[in-house]
Amino acid sequence: MIRNLTNRMVTILIVLALALWIDLSSQVELVNPFDDNTLFNHDVTPRLGLDLQGGLQVLLEADLPEDAQIDASSMETAREIVQQRTDALGVNENVIQVAGERRIVGEFPGLEDTESVLATIQQTGLLEFIDTGDFSPEPGTILKTDYSPTGEPIEAASAEETVYHTVMTGADLDSVGVTPDELGRSYVINFQLTPDGSEVFGTHTAANVGKFLTIVLDKEVLSSPTIAGAIPGGQGTISGSFTSDSANALAIQLRYGSLPIPLKIVETRIIGPTLGADSLSKSVTAGLIGMIIVALFMIIYYRMPGIVAVLSILFYGVIAFAVFKWFHFTLTLAGIAGFMLSTGAALDANILIFERLKEELRNGRNLAQAIDQGWTRAWSSIRDSNLSAIITSAILFWFGSTFGATIVKGFSLTLAIGVAISLFTAIYVTRSLLALSLRTFRPQNYPLWFGI
Amino acid sequence: MIDILSKRYLYFAISLLVILPGIVLLGISGLPLSIDFTGGSLLEVQLEPDKGLNTIEIITLYEEAGIDDAQVTTTDAETLVIRSSFLTNEIRDSVLTAMREKAQSEIDVIRFDSVGPTIGRQVASRAALAVGFAALAVIIYITIAFRKVANAFRYGVCAVIAMIHDVAIVFSVAGIGAILFNWQMDALFLTALLTVIGFSVQDKIVVFDRIRENSTLLRRLEYEKLVNHSIVQTLQRSINTQLMTVEFLLLALALFGGVTLQEFAVILLVGLFSGTYSSIFIAAPILVLWENREWTSWFRRGSAA
Repeated sequence: MIRNLTNRMVTILIVLALALWIDLSSQVELVNPFDDNTLFNHDVTPRLGLDLQGGLQVLLEADLPEDAQIDASSMETAREIVQQRTDALGVNENVIQVAGERRIVGEFPGLEDTESVLATIQQTGLLEFIDTGDFSPEPGTILKTDYSPTGEPIEAASAEETVYHTVMTGADLDSVGVTPDELGRSYVINFQLTPDGSEVFGTHTAANVGKFLTIVLDKEVLSSPTIAGAIPGGQGTISGSFTSDSANALAIQLRYGSLPIPLKIVETRIIGPTLGADSLSKSVTAGLIGMIIVALFMIIYYRMPGIVAVLSILFYGVIAFAVFKWFHFTLTLAGIAGFMLSTGAALDANILIFERLKEELRNGRNLAQAIDQGWTRAWSSIRDSNLSAIITSAILFWFGSTFGATIVKGFSLTLAIGVAISLFTAIYVTRSLLALSLRTFRPQNYPLWFGI
Repeated sequence: MIDILSKRYLYFAISLLVILPGIVLLGISGLPLSIDFTGGSLLEVQLEPDKGLNTIEIITLYEEAGIDDAQVTTTDAETLVIRSSFLTNEIRDSVLTAMREKAQSEIDVIRFDSVGPTIGRQVASRAALAVGFAALAVIIYITIAFRKVANAFRYGVCAVIAMIHDVAIVFSVAGIGAILFNWQMDALFLTALLTVIGFSVQDKIVVFDRIRENSTLLRRLEYEKLVNHSIVQTLQRSINTQLMTVEFLLLALALFGGVTLQEFAVILLVGLFSGTYSSIFIAAPILVLWENREWTSWFRRGSAA
């Protein structure tokens, strides 16, 4: 039997209280009572996947040959750029992750205006030609411009800040090339504009000879050439003290934007908000109905241990949900399936123990011996079956995350975490609660209390 | 005590009877893979009430956008599901604009899935690879966990054979469902399959664990009787766990879970049932068959049985 039952019950109550705190709040905050400083603050808002609340998922792939070596750091840079661009659109909760060697997954739960996000991602980089007047900023400087993809006006945040006018964007560039200059000592970049671009560019250059026309990529200054004369035909050159390498680098940036690796969209999934909400409410209803039947069955069949098991499963649910919230897991339908399977594993652990307990009671052991034997004997099968489940889900998780198969990833993650928690609740919680209720009720009539 | 193992060849025959029809159907018609694995697009849209587009109008609109393999299914008057080859986002936008003009109606996109042709195939083959790795890891784990029992390796192999049996049952059901109800194997099917595999292995280990325990307790007993004894001892647990996880939870999901989840729930229902069935009627009998080396006597039951 258990000796330090009081300690166990205190531990269980503390874990339960912490889990409930996380489950019921959206922000976990600890404030120092003496000086009101926040000691600790962690956001625990629940995250619902696209299939449950609607939204957009895109899978981007490096647009390079299959066998090309792709540098992991360039993939990371590309990911950051995609993140910054979509952040700028004011989409919240977007998650952009590198998946494997050549793919990036972007998820935008709850997003309704999918067109503008897709357009932004597909852009190679926002290249702007801005009018900086007599000011020639150093390359690398970050400037604010009045170009707005959504049409909303951009205003200066403070009086000292200048918002520069965008003459045209990279969308007006038709082609870009590099040639040596006449003297052969340095290189120039030639560009050809679209008909629309040519017109705008022609008017602007004619009116601003001698001023600076600064080229910025995603608001960062690349180069700031002077307008040497009006450029009417849409054909121009950028000259400076370029070497072959630096000219080519700038030309590539003009052509492809800031992404170190060209990306293409290989998979798009859009789920409307109504379909998502429908799936969520129906699976929650189904889950509740299922759990009520399971609870009734457990109580009728196993009597007192059954009640203990139901409490222990509820406990399991409370902890699991708290863990999911704490680590910001996105709950998807596949995740719910994994969670259901691990709930099954938690139930199975209880059933294994109780069947063993009944067997030992039938063999004429006294209650204390039967409970000890029930746990010891059932433990090896609970351990091995659950460890194999964790091994399987680890392999599936690896597969899911290297391949951007988020459905497999969500499934295996909730399964593995759920199984680990169910080990704790079956062994520790069920056993302590059972010991407590035996101590309290001191049952004599075994058929009535244990249903043997 | 009930003698379960003596009829083992009957169980093998029953399983074959369930597996073969579906697999043959799949062999004839090919795997009903959804765009998740083949690549392509699925666009589900909703029109305003009393506005509509007929199938021919939609196919024409798609053809004008350069897509000539559109297939339209209507679930109800205002909801349309259009499957086609891979649509880029630009083509989708232009098709949607054209549809709005033609139908004179606002059109809501309920769902849009578009999967590039190479990516789908890679997902399918990598999923198979991951399952293969998982199976191998299970064999290794069981061999280590059962190292104190004679021929520990056999337990791992039998667990995997029974797991393959369960996968075959799931495919067979999917094959029959494809003919009868137009089911498709999509990402949710893959999830169901993974669940079945996870559960199957877990269930085998519970039965094997009892054999492991009994083989030290009941050293003298003949192997077939030992295995039979272990199955009977774990039978009540198998039935109860099966009732809990499968019948109760999944029936609720199948009955109340909405259309997208029904196919998923039915596949799981059958697959998880098979997971418990195969522990008792496939994995354990094969252990005995192996112990008795029954292939040397043309699969007649061991002489001592």
